[in-house]
Amino acid sequence: MDLSLMDINWRVILPEITLAVFGFVLLLLEAFLPKDKKRITGHIAWIGIVLSFLFCLNLYGTQLSSFKGMALSDNFAIFFSFLFLISSFFVILQSLSFLKREEQVRGDYYALILFATLGMILMASTLDLVVIFLGLEIVSISLYILSGFRKKDLKSNEASLKFFLMGAFATGFLVYGIALIYGSLGTTNLEKIFILIPLTETTLPGKDFLLYAGIGLLIVGFGFKIASVPFHMWMPDVFEGAPAPIAAFISAGPKSAGFAALLRIFLLAFSSFKPDWILIFWILSVLSMTTGNLLALWQTNLKRLLAYSSIAHVGYILIAFVAGGNSAISGVLFYLSIYILMNLGAFAIIISMGSKDREGTDLFKEYAGAGLKNPFLGVFMAIFMLSLSGFPPTAGFLAKFYIFSSAVKSGYLGLVIIAVINSMISVYYYLRVIVYMFMKPAEEDIKPVSIPFSLGLVILVTGIGILAFGILPQPLLDLAYNSIF
Amino acid sequence: MPSDYAYVGLFLLFGVLFVLFVFILSRLIAPYKPNPVKKENYECGEVPIGQGWIQFNVRYYLYAIIFVIFDVEVVFLFPWAVVYRSLGFFAFIEMLIFIAILLFGLIYVWKKGALKWV
Amino acid sequence: MIDNIWLVPLLPLLGFLINGIFGRKLGKNLVSWIGCGSVGLSFLISVKVFFELLSLPAEQRIFEKIVFPWIYSGFFKVNISFLLDPLSGVMLLVVTGVGFLIHVYSVGYMYEDNGFSRFFSFLNLFIFSMLMLVLANNFLLLYLGWEAVGLCSYLLIGFWYEKKSASDAAKKAFIVNRIGDFGFALGVMLIFWTFGGLNYTEVFQQAPSILVAGGGLVTAITLLLFMGAVGKSAQIPLYVWLPDAMEGPTPVSALIHAATMVTAGVYMMARCHILYELAPFTLGLVAVIGAVTAIYTASIAMVQNDIKRVLAYSTISQLGYMFLGCGVGAFAAGIFHLMTHAFFKALLFLGAGSVMHALSGELNMQKMGGLKGKIPVTFWTVFAAVLAISGIPLFSGFFSKDEILWKAFSQGNLLLWLIGVICAGMTAFYMFRLLFLTFFGKSRVDESIKSHIHESPKIMTVPLMILAILSVLGGYVGIPKSLGGGNNFEHFLSSVFGEKEMIIHHSAFTEYIVMIISIGVALAGIFFAYRFYISKPELPKSLAEKYNFPYRVLLNKYYVDEFYFKIIVNPLLKFATFLWQFIDIRIIDGTANGLAGMVNWFGGIGRKIQTGYVRNYALGMVLGVILVLAYFILK
Repeated sequence: MDLSLMDINWRVILPEITLAVFGFVLLLLEAFLPKDKKRITGHIAWIGIVLSFLFCLNLYGTQLSSFKGMALSDNFAIFFSFLFLISSFFVILQSLSFLKREEQVRGDYYALILFATLGMILMASTLDLVVIFLGLEIVSISLYILSGFRKKDLKSNEASLKFFLMGAFATGFLVYGIALIYGSLGTTNLEKIFILIPLTETTLPGKDFLLYAGIGLLIVGFGFKIASVPFHMWMPDVFEGAPAPIAAFISAGPKSAGFAALLRIFLLAFSSFKPDWILIFWILSVLSMTTGNLLALWQTNLKRLLAYSSIAHVGYILIAFVAGGNSAISGVLFYLSIYILMNLGAFAIIISMGSKDREGTDLFKEYAGAGLKNPFLGVFMAIFMLSLSGFPPTAGFLAKFYIFSSAVKSGYLGLVIIAVINSMISVYYYLRVIVYMFMKPAEEDIKPVSIPFSLGLVILVTGIGILAFGILPQPLLDLAYNSIF
Repeated sequence: MPSDYAYVGLFLLFGVLFVLFVFILSRLIAPYKPNPVKKENYECGEVPIGQGWIQFNVRYYLYAIIFVIFDVEVVFLFPWAVVYRSLGFFAFIEMLIFIAILLFGLIYVWKKGALKWV
Repeated sequence: MIDNIWLVPLLPLLGFLINGIFGRKLGKNLVSWIGCGSVGLSFLISVKVFFELLSLPAEQRIFEKIVFPWIYSGFFKVNISFLLDPLSGVMLLVVTGVGFLIHVYSVGYMYEDNGFSRFFSFLNLFIFSMLMLVLANNFLLLYLGWEAVGLCSYLLIGFWYEKKSASDAAKKAFIVNRIGDFGFALGVMLIFWTFGGLNYTEVFQQAPSILVAGGGLVTAITLLLFMGAVGKSAQIPLYVWLPDAMEGPTPVSALIHAATMVTAGVYMMARCHILYELAPFTLGLVAVIGAVTAIYTASIAMVQNDIKRVLAYSTISQLGYMFLGCGVGAFAAGIFHLMTHAFFKALLFLGAGSVMHALSGELNMQKMGGLKGKIPVTFWTVFAAVLAISGIPLFSGFFSKDEILWKAFSQGNLLLWLIGVICAGMTAFYMFRLLFLTFFGKSRVDESIKSHIHESPKIMTVPLMILAILSVLGGYVGIPKSLGGGNNFEHFLSSVFGEKEMIIHHSAFTEYIVMIISIGVALAGIFFAYRFYISKPELPKSLAEKYNFPYRVLLNKYYVDEFYFKIIVNPLLKFATFLWQFIDIRIIDGTANGLAGMVNWFGGIGRKIQTGYVRNYALGMVLGVILVLAYFILK
């Protein structure tokens, strides 16, 4: 083999390399640092994220490709890399004080976050199913471990094990799907698939079923990763048991990474099959939002509530797949950006409200009256909840608006009506959080919680971001629009 | 092309049938005279201590996993070795990085005490 | 600098953010530096920008700057962008200039208050909002500023929110304003529906071709916009909030409820003059409402005893003048009066604040008197303002008021003119009444306060002096041709309003006669005030007893508040109770609760699926797989 044919451009994977190097450094630091010095690992981790972010920034607009399309830096990839890095950055900030409170300051925790981020970036910045799978597994395995990070907590163990078992199960379907697609088309490159598919209709009639089965299994595999109904069941249990920053992390980065891959696969590679798979997405979308919202009504645990809310939001985002077209894709990008901000902010508040002995309960009643005692948390929680339920002038409203309007434009009025009804149902449980925080009397005498700087920063930045993008969405919208593949 | 898969299917079918056939055959023709020594687990010729169906110490799994990791490393080393001459120095560095990464893992595991039998 | 026009609103915004977030920690000195400094700087920039505008040839004095795209949704495109032309230039100077002086004054006036930093952050926010309103180049941004100044007004009226009367007044102001704003918002939507855009240039350029002059559409648009103006500028019938707004700190009354915000309605109509000129019916209504408001509130002002209330009614009356000016098509004259009024009315309020400062917060003029020698600076500056507002020749108010009256007269609206002239006499009467009761005669001050009457500190008196100079000289930019001036002000604004060839029915001689009549009426007003309150102080009382009924009616402001309460608020409350008790609880809540119950029930069923067992989860997933695959096979 001639190396000059190998098409290598290191610059394209510099962000990934940075993350990997920092991850290994953290792993070794965990092994060798004395316990009282481990506090620096968190800071090293966010520095790594920032550095990687700078490399990404440098790549924006370059449209480079390397390793024969296995790694590329189109704007779509970079946009998602930004999302992942920003969300990981916030998660690390959340973890700084969380781990300190748990007395579990450890380097490998941060190393795993960096590895997961690396996996997500791989998923978004490739045109190859195999690399997507590789990235997905890096993300998943890191997350399995992270969810069980509270080793002494039974619920955390349960979360980890359930996540792992179900995840492995789903991965099986995914790989099988990829294998079937490769079997019928002879390639795993998405662009080549896109070119080949029109040919299969005429020249390869016998393989249709294998191809369709492959597509179906891909939907199942990714359906699990983004937690759409009926592949969602792991999510509430994992959210409840996993450490709060990790739950936040799962809802932000990996979910977006799943959508990045789904967008590329279905709106690029299999776009000409759209009439075939559109009904499935329609059903998944309706099932997800309806189930998510209905079950959220019953929750008494805030983290579980956010898990169901997350499932419901997946339903809203899936609308864009049905709608299709550039405005829908940019709508997804916008939605995910805003969703990450809202969720990370809400989780930062949950972390602030928790304490070591009470970790893992997060029941509604613990929040009674908390908004009056902690006006900062209360006001921002109100902002996040309003945004999640889609009230103007928060960005959550615009995010929904763009996706819904793209669906209306494509003629899927029925789907939008269902989504709007669902949004109305969701208002009930989001507002319940606010009601609890401000209008219910506290059960016992609660003291105002002290908010560590890093957590306060996350809350402030995400909250202001939501309001800012709610009022001035244009810069982000432009960025999203320029980042369509 | 579907005929290619037909071969695979045929192979599968015969594989299953063959195994069934052998088991049934041995059941039919083998004499059946059990005694306690015969029913014991085989432990490389040693007299076994206790039952085979016990809870294993979790450390076995750790060892097993670490073993698998390095086993896989070797699997990757083989194809690399085959084309090593044509790839040259570049591939050498690549493989060094690969091994170093695994080494980091080993160091971590070692330092964390996972290799120690307590 | 003209390119950096965005700095002008940005600086007060920064001031608001800094003082609003860190205010408590900064200390009063730093807060006042930031608060005043930001507005002062934007005033300096405004001056620079204004002169750059002046240096351009007249027809090029229009400048648009897009700061950034705001909302782009399909064909609905709105930018954050600014329009600078002579009209907004004048408003810019008035808002930042008078605003700056009032900021400085407030440093002294509010120094002892606990909410010092809150006060300054709100004040800065107000200046920012007002600048957005003035500088906007489209209706949406105008509307944003329009609502934001309303919000600031609410926050500042209710600044002392512990006082029930203050928070009630704030609510009243907000709600009454919302009624007007409702119309205004509808007007903006109607404009969008008609023109497919909200930019001034596109609307105004297309207006003559799209709209039929005098047609229903343009009349509807202008009437709706006018509704907003009526609320914001406190005209009949929505004027009731302004007198109550005096519950706010006095600098607020000076800045928001006299000099700037309440004039927004006048500015808006001047800005949309192209639309208004196409709608003669609306213009007529504007003129009539302006004139009636002017005389109606002037009559109330004549008998009030609360010094700030006199000024409040006077403000409404003067706004009526401006509306009258706009209504007869003399937009430039309206803006001219807006400017001079900003000077002398701000001065009057600040002077009243200074008097209150001297008398430990006393507002009742019956408990003042003889303050002339004790607080000389306040006296002389207020005196200058009183002369200006009364329309005494050579003072600023004379020129601007006369301009409006002359335009009304020359257009043949003799009745409106007559009302205006009578109102001018009343104005002179109540202003001199205020002056005489406060500064002349025997002291009626409580003994306990008497001993420590003192002049205000320099930081308060210096702004008074500057405003006094402006009140005296401010009119000289617009001396009419008949008096040997060039009417520069109107000329300057002509690139906005167009050079209108007024048909001259009347000679300069007529103009002199008209002028002399109004001067005579003003002097008569002063004479009566002198007779009532200096030479024969017992006269008002006997008159009040003799004409008890009219006096009571005036003193109680025509019982309008009571009327509103009986006729509008009470039935509304009853209707609302009915809606709530029957429609809402029985029908709507019943349906909603039923639906919600159903939704909840489904949720409960769905919850049973989530068993917590991995095997069940896996089963669910397998079912999903089977369905997906089955779909592809059976398709």
